[in-house]
Amino acid sequence: MFNPQLNQDGKLKHLLTIEGLPKAIITQILDTAESFVGVAEREVKKVPLLRGKTVCNIFFENSTRTRTTFEIAAKRLSADVINLNVNTSSQSKGETILDTIDNLTAMHADMFVVRHAQSGAAHLIAKHVAPHIHVVNAGDGRHAHPTQGLLDVFTVRRYKPDMHNLRVAIVGDVLHSRVARSEIHALTTLGVPEVRVIAPKTLLPTDVEKLGVHVYHDMREGLKDVDVIMMLRLQNERMVGAMLPSAQEYFKSYGLTQEKLALARPDAIVMHPGPMNRGVEIDSAVADGKQSVILPQVTYGIAVRMAVMSILAGNA
Amino acid sequence: MSKINITLPDAELLLATLAEKLKPIVTPETALVGIHSGGAWITERLLPMLGTEVKHGMLDSSFYRDDYNQRGLHADTKPSQIPFEVKDRHIILIDDVFYTGRTIRAAMNELFDYGRPASITLAVLINRGGRELPIAPQIFAMQMDLPKHLNLQLLREEDGSFYLTLEEND
Repeated sequence: MFNPQLNQDGKLKHLLTIEGLPKAIITQILDTAESFVGVAEREVKKVPLLRGKTVCNIFFENSTRTRTTFEIAAKRLSADVINLNVNTSSQSKGETILDTIDNLTAMHADMFVVRHAQSGAAHLIAKHVAPHIHVVNAGDGRHAHPTQGLLDVFTVRRYKPDMHNLRVAIVGDVLHSRVARSEIHALTTLGVPEVRVIAPKTLLPTDVEKLGVHVYHDMREGLKDVDVIMMLRLQNERMVGAMLPSAQEYFKSYGLTQEKLALARPDAIVMHPGPMNRGVEIDSAVADGKQSVILPQVTYGIAVRMAVMSILAGNA
Repeated sequence: MSKINITLPDAELLLATLAEKLKPIVTPETALVGIHSGGAWITERLLPMLGTEVKHGMLDSSFYRDDYNQRGLHADTKPSQIPFEVKDRHIILIDDVFYTGRTIRAAMNELFDYGRPASITLAVLINRGGRELPIAPQIFAMQMDLPKHLNLQLLREEDGSFYLTLEEND
């Protein structure tokens, strides 16, 4: 099957989605990221791989953490980095996405890191760019957020190396979540035998079972004996109409508290892609608790993004 | 690649020779740094011969190679491990075969990102000639001039013992 992310030799050229990505490539990214974790602990945290290359972070939708970690990652690879928040720039003057890309290409950009509210935006750009240019999807609509999915499985693998013997629960607004989709594809490709999603019916896509997950509507039931809990942010700003009674009601049923966490395995880890709504999907005591690996996720995000960019830029 | 009919030295004897040559310069201020993968294997074997107290580490140097733009990132990068302070230390870099000097250049660049060493000495099993940079090993167990079309490699048996292979590049 044609995969627009791979070049003729089957090597990764763009990173657009984890769906359909061969296990060997995911493993290569995670193993390479392992080397970059060590680089971040040295006196000099930079390596010269992308010296002379220009990386453009184009964010058509706001993000602080993702943009910042991509920027740090590119800088630690010695690339020159340009950040563009397009909603405050040319697009408000009427320029199309592809015109923006062409102009940046004329300025000799080598890689685009793109976030856009429309699903498929990164694919569109990858199809359009010249052959020597690489595209990384930093989140497109409800579709995919591959580097988040990769950093999440990287975090899981670091704390729970035996991926073939794990129970993982993804909790919350799966319907609007590109993160959930990317996590599910990454976990199942790496051979995690049991992935559960826990959410009210109104926050689940209709075909969610087709992704190979077990569905739970009762959080207490779904958390029983899991090794990993991946919380999702309740996407307030995308909530149109009355999908939920109120944030308080949601917290009662689907918020992660100490008491609900106790139903999981005693050594279970708690993850969250950020930004957190404390008191809505997660209680502060859990977010700041011993089982939380939410801040290590952020740290690993840099290493994983360095791995993705250095693998892409090396593949013609 | 096809096999060549040249008698190769016994890699285990070369290892013993290298250990003898290193003994006088290994002090509490030195550290052995093996280059992935052959140099790291040799370092592992040298430790009991030199005293296991010797500080040691491993460099992969994939992130510093000068062929990244031609060949991309190596598929199996290993995390470098330097579990000691590099600053002011006398480093002995260990590799299996010294050839063009490009791997050593990459390894030295990486090493300096950990700190400023007092000195770096290069020790290898075999110096095969053919250097392309002003870099050469100070210590080697054997010199063996080989033409460019031959590929000399150190390999490991299942029991950990070393042997050499020589093949013709296509």
